[in-house]
Amino acid sequence: MKRAAIILALALAVLAGSPVRAVQPDEIMADPLKEARARELSKELRCMVCQNQSIDDSDAPLARDLRLLVRERIAAGDTDSQVVEFLVARYGEFVLLKPRVNRHTVLLWLLPPLALMGGGIALWVYSRRRNRAGNVDRESLMKLTPSEEARLEKLLGAEPPLRSDEPQT
Amino acid sequence: MIAEAGHYALVLALGLALIQSVVPIAGARRGDVALMEMACSTALAQLLFVGASFVLLTALHVTSDFSVINVFENSHSAKPLIYKVTGVWGNHEGSMLLWVAILALFGALVAAFGNNLPMSLRAHVLAVQAWIASAFYLFILLTSNPFARIAQPPIEGRDLNPILQDIGLAVHPPMLYLGYVGFSISFSFAVAALLEGRIDAAWARWVRPWTLMAWIFLTLGIAMGSYWAYYELGWGGWWFWDPVENASLMPWLAGTALLHSALVMEKRNALKVWTILLSILTFSLSLLGTFLVRSGVLTSVHAFATDPARGVFILLILCVFIGGSLSLFALRAPQLKQGGLFAPISREGALVLNNLFLTTACATVFVGTLYPLGLEVLTGDKISVGAPFFNLTFGPLFVPLLLAVPFGPMLAWKRGDLLAAAQRLTAAGIAALVALAVTWAWTRGGPVLAPLAIALAVFVIAGALSDLAERTALFRIPLSLSLRRARGLPRSAWGTAFAHAGLGVALIGIACEATWNSEYIATMKPDQTASVAGYELKLEGLTQRQGPNYRETVAQFSVSRDGEKLPAMLPSKRSFTTRGMSTTEAALLTRGASQLYLSLGDASADGGIAVRIYHKPLVLLIWWGPVLMAFGGLLSLSDRRLRVGAPKPARAARRLQAAE
Repeated sequence: MKRAAIILALALAVLAGSPVRAVQPDEIMADPLKEARARELSKELRCMVCQNQSIDDSDAPLARDLRLLVRERIAAGDTDSQVVEFLVARYGEFVLLKPRVNRHTVLLWLLPPLALMGGGIALWVYSRRRNRAGNVDRESLMKLTPSEEARLEKLLGAEPPLRSDEPQT
Repeated sequence: MIAEAGHYALVLALGLALIQSVVPIAGARRGDVALMEMACSTALAQLLFVGASFVLLTALHVTSDFSVINVFENSHSAKPLIYKVTGVWGNHEGSMLLWVAILALFGALVAAFGNNLPMSLRAHVLAVQAWIASAFYLFILLTSNPFARIAQPPIEGRDLNPILQDIGLAVHPPMLYLGYVGFSISFSFAVAALLEGRIDAAWARWVRPWTLMAWIFLTLGIAMGSYWAYYELGWGGWWFWDPVENASLMPWLAGTALLHSALVMEKRNALKVWTILLSILTFSLSLLGTFLVRSGVLTSVHAFATDPARGVFILLILCVFIGGSLSLFALRAPQLKQGGLFAPISREGALVLNNLFLTTACATVFVGTLYPLGLEVLTGDKISVGAPFFNLTFGPLFVPLLLAVPFGPMLAWKRGDLLAAAQRLTAAGIAALVALAVTWAWTRGGPVLAPLAIALAVFVIAGALSDLAERTALFRIPLSLSLRRARGLPRSAWGTAFAHAGLGVALIGIACEATWNSEYIATMKPDQTASVAGYELKLEGLTQRQGPNYRETVAQFSVSRDGEKLPAMLPSKRSFTTRGMSTTEAALLTRGASQLYLSLGDASADGGIAVRIYHKPLVLLIWWGPVLMAFGGLLSLSDRRLRVGAPKPARAARRLQAAE
């Protein structure tokens, strides 16, 4: 079940994320596996002088420095999480485009699922209440105000009856 | 003289709006027909004056009158004429003027074509429109006057940001604003209904075409913005989850939900309170989008705090309109009677499910966009919320939604039969499985998720086609009879099928572009060749060219595939002297729905130039999808039942009323 959820989430990550990149020819690592790791990491790191761009997208000099730094760490034998630790220690949480769950961001991660669940529960409660209430208020649905009532009377007196509405389709 | 006339016209429009804010409501309270009718005249006159103001600002830009600050800061005498015109809304002041001009246009449309509306409803709607208009006229006149002069006029202007000197971005803002501001109509109708304390199916029948129209423009506007980013920003990305993009996505999601809930209200007289709330929320999100983009709060909370005049004013407008309308809603909504019971498994039920997922998706974007701002204000902590967050939270919401899309139109109103709907979707299901098997076999060993996404997309498209086949009894009765049935189908049924199929088409494009994109990044010298996805590209040479207000380096690439010669590709890098900025003009070679994308990087010292070459399979489907959706919307809009609106008897009654 958990695995299915992860696959689903990944499916959409792949769908929505577009491979956009600003990597320069001279930055690319010789080992394609390491380069691929560097690229994956770059997508989750923010170019701090840009507006909402990852260092993989950005043409800014700072982004280039960070890309080179990531590759340097990978070449030195760091794991992915060590690289991220290194960058966070240096630049703070701001560098991560996907915030880690902590005291300050727990609400950010919880709000979307809570909204869905809350909406679902509200709908369930509502439909149960509606079903119990039954058809009692159906009568009052299309009631006219007294003034309209009066005008309708007047019109009905003057004209042959008009269709109240088009037939429902 | 022209600038002063434009300014004066705007002040007169404000005066008219203030009158329109009060008089029609007083008329409706007293039952005074003349006072209510006045709203129509003022709405039309407003359009005249704001239109004049806008035309005059355009004239200032076209004639390069640099004694006006707005023209000086955003124009240049050497700029091509088309960008002199589009530069009018390529800046803060001008785009706000465009905003109110479109608002006045919509107000005038209600005034001109609202003859079959109940008179007091129309009076209320136009009054609410005038409240919005007054707020924005005041905003422009007090904080963002586009007609302000400079005492010592400079000889030359500072030119428009070069990145905006592009036809895609010339058309994008008006489209987007037609969408944003179009939702003001449903907002005004909602507030008018709450003020009157009455709402019925005729209300929904009136609101739906306006919402649909706004939605069509917003869909096209967003798609166009995305395509512009794709070819102009030079790295081939098409959606960045940037706050500015999110600002336009939120009203779109809410507006799509509104479109569907208004359908339930029109057909079954149910979900009234929810529809009203969505109308308010959709326009509130449009206002929020305007605030986010216009106040500068996104670049930095501090930038906002140091120059707060504009930001605070828009924040005030935001609070008054959103807070006011929601309070009114809380006060009045309980009095609105609910109608139309339905079982959970029914067309209504499916549309409610659609609303649940769309609003949750909207809430997710909302939280992701505003959370960093809120956190920084409250704790001083700076965090980033970017694409990886949205892909992980927004994406999963769309899977169940897309799975449910084909079922909706197959279910009956009131009480549906899920099993029967599933049976009618058998063919679509088989098509999806075949698509899954074929893509899986074709790309064996490749990514697992893309074939699944394509299968889902095929299910959505085939489901939309199945609905049409079902309604025309295709293959079950002779073909000629089916064709006659197809002609007799309401246009809205065709519209639904096109719009839903558009979703699937876009999804295929997204999956293919994300998964099977090939790239080549290298420094190339003349006569070197590169090969990407079976295409052979040869750099023939580099030349310098002088444009009207820029210099550019153009690279000539000859392209061939399997020995067949294809049109040459000419990517370039432009540098704009006045602003000292440069832009990359990517070269695109379209083959079917796929594109070869070529953009230039920096030149190296030894005469080479960095190039990025991408092959993007089926990438164009990403934008054909929204175009299909908008076309579906247009078909639905042309449906007789919507055009007729509240039907003829109402008009007959009005004629009588005049005689009363």
